[in-house]
Amino acid sequence: MNQLIELFEYQFFVNALIGTLLASIIAGFIGTYIVSRKIVFISDGITHASFGGIGIAYFFGFNPFMGALLFGIVTAFGIEWAQKKTNIREDSAIAVLWSVGMAIGIIFVFLTPGYTPNLMSFLFGNILSITSFDLIIMGGLTLFITSLFLIFYRPILYSAFDPEFAKALGLPVSLIRYILMISIAITVVVCIKIAGIILVMSLFTIPHIIANIYTKEFKTIIWLSMIFAFLGVIGGLIISYYADLPSGATIIIILVALWGILKGVSKFV
Amino acid sequence: MKLLELKNVTAGYNGLNILNKINLTVNSNDFIGVIGPNGGGKTTLLKVILGLIKPKSGTISFTGMSNGIKSIGYLPQNNTFDHQFPISVMEVVMSGLASKYKLWKRPTKTDKIQAEELIAKTGMLYYKHTPIGELSGGQRQRVLLCRALIHNPQLLILDEPTTYVDKDFEGELYSLLSDLNKQMAILLVSHDIGIIVSYVKTIACINGTLHYHPSNKITNDLLLTYNCPVELVTHGKVPHRVLKQH
Repeated sequence: MNQLIELFEYQFFVNALIGTLLASIIAGFIGTYIVSRKIVFISDGITHASFGGIGIAYFFGFNPFMGALLFGIVTAFGIEWAQKKTNIREDSAIAVLWSVGMAIGIIFVFLTPGYTPNLMSFLFGNILSITSFDLIIMGGLTLFITSLFLIFYRPILYSAFDPEFAKALGLPVSLIRYILMISIAITVVVCIKIAGIILVMSLFTIPHIIANIYTKEFKTIIWLSMIFAFLGVIGGLIISYYADLPSGATIIIILVALWGILKGVSKFV
Repeated sequence: MKLLELKNVTAGYNGLNILNKINLTVNSNDFIGVIGPNGGGKTTLLKVILGLIKPKSGTISFTGMSNGIKSIGYLPQNNTFDHQFPISVMEVVMSGLASKYKLWKRPTKTDKIQAEELIAKTGMLYYKHTPIGELSGGQRQRVLLCRALIHNPQLLILDEPTTYVDKDFEGELYSLLSDLNKQMAILLVSHDIGIIVSYVKTIACINGTLHYHPSNKITNDLLLTYNCPVELVTHGKVPHRVLKQH
């Protein structure tokens, strides 16, 4: 126990803890939206495509986070636009943007002379590498997403559930969807530090799946997902620290284990 | 009173015109059955009226406005949304009020009471917290009908309301519509001509162009000219009926 308390003396651990709390809140809102609208594949495409921005940022020497953010947002717009205006099938469009983003990233990382610091933490996540700058960004995003969902909960819910009906009622369905797509892009990029490009989508989907054991109501799923995301990340953080394991992967395993246990318990209760 | 008027409306998707210069007037207390072959433009007509697609030419005027929005209740085809979406019956019904308020406004207690009354009227009160995906086809249609009716529309539009529902519900639905028709105009798209001639007052037949029949009598000539689909026999609580001369 003392050992655990001692951890709080380290700034990196405190940062990780605050990061966990903020990420859980964002994951609760955005994860519920993504899974309910069945756009997990789109969101994963955005995440992977953002690697292109990271590669370019390394090559030109600017902040990789900014590069990822730019690529993420452009991809989100690209998918939403392609879906509406072109005849390209949605899943094909996602697969193309996904792999093109990764390919650009790989080429630029390869071309970057010398060592590329933190590359592994972008791919696999490293919750202990969260900086104060990251926390400011996460805090701002948490505030934005929370206000968005609290103020516009109904229009968001209605346009996700039955967009055509919502449009017939005069709701600005396209605008709402674009804002949400951009929010998804920013969210996944911000959360990359926690679970990495390859694993981050699980942070948004597994808590939702666990919440689904108990409820099928959008609002309740949001709150429960936050709690389960927090439990999973905090558990993963502590276990990975003591067992010296990669944090991103540990978090995912903890979340899946949590789901398995609670699902099992729910069968008997 | 004239509620809706379409004048020379041409509409379609991309380069293809599905509706060609159609004219239609809907007055309050009309009950118009819209029939026509698949691809004839029935759904396109509804989408144009609802404002989901803009006509390429022609004008649409809707006088039945309340609070600056079109007072139209809409019951879409049963399969237009994801049945697994985590949303309860109550929330679905309340969503029908979305246009009544500004985006950030919350519904009032009176709205909730009104929603509950409506849900109770269709016998669904027990299910008000049930997720929409756990209902049967007929129960789901009841909920969607509540959603369409909650803001007391002046025009009710129904797109194939009896697909995926059992014949008992069909009978119930149509007698309910006859009641509702005392308060609002109804535009009903259906393949089922048996139903159409039993309940509607007039018929609009669409196959690219629109042909309006100011009565509910279907003649052989009408069916031949407009290639309208026919379902001869109806079941359940609705009286059985076979059309003349086929």
